[in-house]
Amino acid sequence: MCGIAGLIHRGNTSKVGFELQGMLQALKHRGEDSTGYALYGKTDGQNFIMRFKVGENVGEGSNSVMEDVSVYDERKKIVDGYLKDLGATIVKEERTLPYSLRYEIQYDKDLMEFSQKIESVTGVEILSMGKSLEVIKDLGNAEAVCKRYSLDKVEGTHAIGHARMATESGVDIKSAHPFWGYPFSDVSVVHNGQLTNYWNNRRVLENKGMRFMSECDSELIAVYLAEKMRNGATLEEGMKESLMGLDGVFTYFVATKDSLGMAKDTMAAKPLVLYESDDLVAMGSEEIAIRSILPQEIDTYDPFDGMVKVWQI
Amino acid sequence: MANLKTGEKKTKAQSMGLHTEVLTGKTQQKFFNPDEAENFYYFGTYDVDFNKRTEIDVKDMECREANKKIDDLMKEGYGTIVIKNPQGKHSLGVGILNKLNLIFEGSLGYFGVGSMDGPIVRINGRVGWSCAENMMAGKVVIEKNAGSCFGAAIRGGDLICKGSVGARTGIDQKGGTIIIGGDAGAFTGFMMQRGRIIILGDVGINLGDSMYDGTIFVGGKIGSFGSDAVEAELTDSDQDWLKRKLKVAEIGENFDVSKMTKVVAGKKLWNYDALEPTEKKGAI
Repeated sequence: MCGIAGLIHRGNTSKVGFELQGMLQALKHRGEDSTGYALYGKTDGQNFIMRFKVGENVGEGSNSVMEDVSVYDERKKIVDGYLKDLGATIVKEERTLPYSLRYEIQYDKDLMEFSQKIESVTGVEILSMGKSLEVIKDLGNAEAVCKRYSLDKVEGTHAIGHARMATESGVDIKSAHPFWGYPFSDVSVVHNGQLTNYWNNRRVLENKGMRFMSECDSELIAVYLAEKMRNGATLEEGMKESLMGLDGVFTYFVATKDSLGMAKDTMAAKPLVLYESDDLVAMGSEEIAIRSILPQEIDTYDPFDGMVKVWQI
Repeated sequence: MANLKTGEKKTKAQSMGLHTEVLTGKTQQKFFNPDEAENFYYFGTYDVDFNKRTEIDVKDMECREANKKIDDLMKEGYGTIVIKNPQGKHSLGVGILNKLNLIFEGSLGYFGVGSMDGPIVRINGRVGWSCAENMMAGKVVIEKNAGSCFGAAIRGGDLICKGSVGARTGIDQKGGTIIIGGDAGAFTGFMMQRGRIIILGDVGINLGDSMYDGTIFVGGKIGSFGSDAVEAELTDSDQDWLKRKLKVAEIGENFDVSKMTKVVAGKKLWNYDALEPTEKKGAI
């Protein structure tokens, strides 16, 4: 059991980091092994923001190991060198935690080549790459992660997040949601459920050149949609195809620079409550998530089986 | 406790025509004997006065605290209780085994008013998954929408949602009536065993999948029939019952019931009618 939440402000911005923290914290009983945020912030849209990690935070069942900070420093140096080789310029650099970094980068070439080069460094994973998107994920509940990364002040248009109870893979950052829709700028995914044709799909997609960073079944959704979009499908088309292409039970959210979407499997086995108004859409695994930002009486509903919806900012 | 052995002699309840079924062999069915009423004690019940009304605000309460408060108020004789600011909290109003007017001014989360036996509940909002699960008797009216597993395994009473409901409504239903004013999702009536479901709007795929018995009436379109669910003739007595039920339920009073589709079990998977009455009871 995991909890997912998402919101989109249509036509304005808000403190989405704070709002999503409240929604995910309301769902903490659904899992607090790790919590992840995909925040779409207010930026000038000029530079890429790259969130990446140079090491792991390791919990129960993880096959990763905790390493010395000196290893992280060494990896960071290699990444900085590779960025120079790729022709990227670091405009701003932040190191929130020894293993977690945020770079603002000037870069105008192919993202696939960029990502492959950076992630060729052992232990390095790009959590997100985009001109608006920032993925922040770590062990602990929503409040703890929000505090650790000072997310409550982040202003933006939309966000999706995930409170994880680890079942299919270990407790670590690489298995935490959201997943970046590699190699697409500003695409992220969160999922509640289990996918039963993960390995079949993974083999097919890897043969097509797609990359997986974890063994978490939820990552498949991000990679699946990215592959559809790479072949020219729109986000909504890819999501509709996923209802048949992905087997199992699932409710997932996907966000892009200017949109937020949801899909529910054909058996409607996983919960989702939805609130829609002209200026705000909020949704979560349980109504209490929505109530954390809208305590007044509101009209909500459960989307039906096989439903796909996409909203624009 | 009352003597529950029936012996050879008919009980008073049977002689009054309340139970016409002749039982053979062992049974767990306990028939109520009016002569022994004073010996019965139903745990957790209180004498309440419906004219004695009070309100509680549960905004800052955990569900356990709120449920304890409801119990305390019933103990004090309050027969009408209004709950303010439920704000989607889970498991509110569960396990009430009393006659009571319970009004929620707002929405409930999961498992609202579950395992209840007797109250009349009005919810002026929405409910989450598994509302009124295992309800034995009483009436629940929801003014807005409901989540999935609405009325799971209910055994009696009327459960009414004026809006739309999610998937698996009436799953494992064993009695009572579920009435939906709007649409219903996939697998409605999944494995239902007794009782009736009325849906005035459309219904999703796999309607009545693996149903053992019971009846489903649909006013709108049906996504698809589930395994062993078949269409049956809508009789005049069905229509009379539907009109009466919709009127009592304060919903769809002017609905044209003659155009409804009646769905029953094909009984190819499992046939209760082939069993002795005692075995039926045991199986249920």
